[in-house]
Amino acid sequence: MTSTVGWDGPTGNVKRLDPPGRVRRFSTTERLVHRATGWLMLVCLVTAACLYLGPLAQVVGHRHLVSTVHRWSGILLPAPLLIGLSSAALRADLRRLNRFAPYDTQWLRAARGRVTSPGARPAGKFNAGQKLYAGWIAGAVLVMMFTGSLMWFSGFLPLISRTNAILIHDVVAWAITFVIIAHMRKAYGDPEALEGMRTGYVGRAWADRHHSKWLSEDAAEADGKRPSIEDSGKRPGIEDD
Amino acid sequence: MTEQPRRRGEGAPVARRAMLGMLGVGAAGLAGAPYLQSGWEGFLSAASQKDPTGLTGLLPNPGGFRYYSVVGSVPHKDATNYGLRIDGLVDRPRTYTLADLRAMPQTRIVRDVVCTDGWRVDDTPFAGVKLSHLLEEAGVRSSGTALRFTCFDGAYTESLTLEQARRPDVLVALKMQDKPVSHAHGGPVRLYVAPMYFYKSAKWLSGITVTDEVVPGYWEERGYPVDGWLEGADRGNSAA
Repeated sequence: MTSTVGWDGPTGNVKRLDPPGRVRRFSTTERLVHRATGWLMLVCLVTAACLYLGPLAQVVGHRHLVSTVHRWSGILLPAPLLIGLSSAALRADLRRLNRFAPYDTQWLRAARGRVTSPGARPAGKFNAGQKLYAGWIAGAVLVMMFTGSLMWFSGFLPLISRTNAILIHDVVAWAITFVIIAHMRKAYGDPEALEGMRTGYVGRAWADRHHSKWLSEDAAEADGKRPSIEDSGKRPGIEDD
Repeated sequence: MTEQPRRRGEGAPVARRAMLGMLGVGAAGLAGAPYLQSGWEGFLSAASQKDPTGLTGLLPNPGGFRYYSVVGSVPHKDATNYGLRIDGLVDRPRTYTLADLRAMPQTRIVRDVVCTDGWRVDDTPFAGVKLSHLLEEAGVRSSGTALRFTCFDGAYTESLTLEQARRPDVLVALKMQDKPVSHAHGGPVRLYVAPMYFYKSAKWLSGITVTDEVVPGYWEERGYPVDGWLEGADRGNSAA
């Protein structure tokens, strides 16, 4: 059998031989981007806690050093993704993340109704929750970068007071904290998903159970309707509706 | 969204909408922040009255103080080992013990504490010795125009012009909220410069040197204004 999932070349004509029973889920570039972003986010949150939470601030001190590390880890948060945009596999996955399929609404309904059985939650390569999470966290990071810059360079936009920028920065910081904790709990609750991000491969059985539409969709596309991995020449997520 | 099956890449761009939606929420938040701020502070002060856990202190803009230190750990000082050195361009350099300072005339003022990081504590009583009184005792020479403050955390410094330092609302504070200034709040002795942002009120004060020019302090070397006046502060010399 010729699995067409998980090509890794920019042209998509180099086929990778997957280990038996395993499916390629993420390219090396994607995994590096995810790992670098994750570490930056962790540094950003830990330094934030040391600046913001009194007891931690008293133990750690070194306010100037901690705030410098916090600012730079925040400013650099989008860097791995922007560098990773050179990878066709990553761009293809961004397109997958962006678009909702009809069955994604079914997934959301099941999630709202607390129905957890995989059968009730159809998903392509990414489920509806992952799609919403990706979009939301991207927006939240941009809000944090903007409000953080207003705090860093006070006077950069005089009509927004630093106090107001701080209020929004604080509120969104808490939102991000809880969302990231939920993201990590979901990941650690599914060792195979974790392994997919760690090694790039998942078991075919897991893929069929948790992402029932993924492999068939990819196979259908590879059958020539439209190559799934092509560079449309546009930045992903910014195509016209 | 239509219910007919569509190939991937043609569905609604929901993730992008989530991103733009979050950006919209952020923009609306910034636009409405002045109103949010006052409502939020009102809610927090009410909530913290009824909060035995202290968890409201973790929320944005909590009432009360936040702890800032620019070093890892600060030695504890008390009446047995504390000293405040006054030197530089003065006729009578001297080191004051805590007992010396406590024996001098005490002034109490109740003013707002405002931090550049967006938190404030209104109507906070500070009490201690007027800085102008210490300067009179030391006898500032005619060449002296400014003060440099040093701290026993070994790192923090601050500055004031002589004119600012002689204001009646600038104290070498021994008490805050009518209690001796605690270690976390910069005790046993800290500076309190009422008309300026709180970074000007150096904690763990241990030295006052009269200089012939303003030497920028710790945060001022890192981009903070040397004159940290609060908005609406009376910058004249008669304010009290």
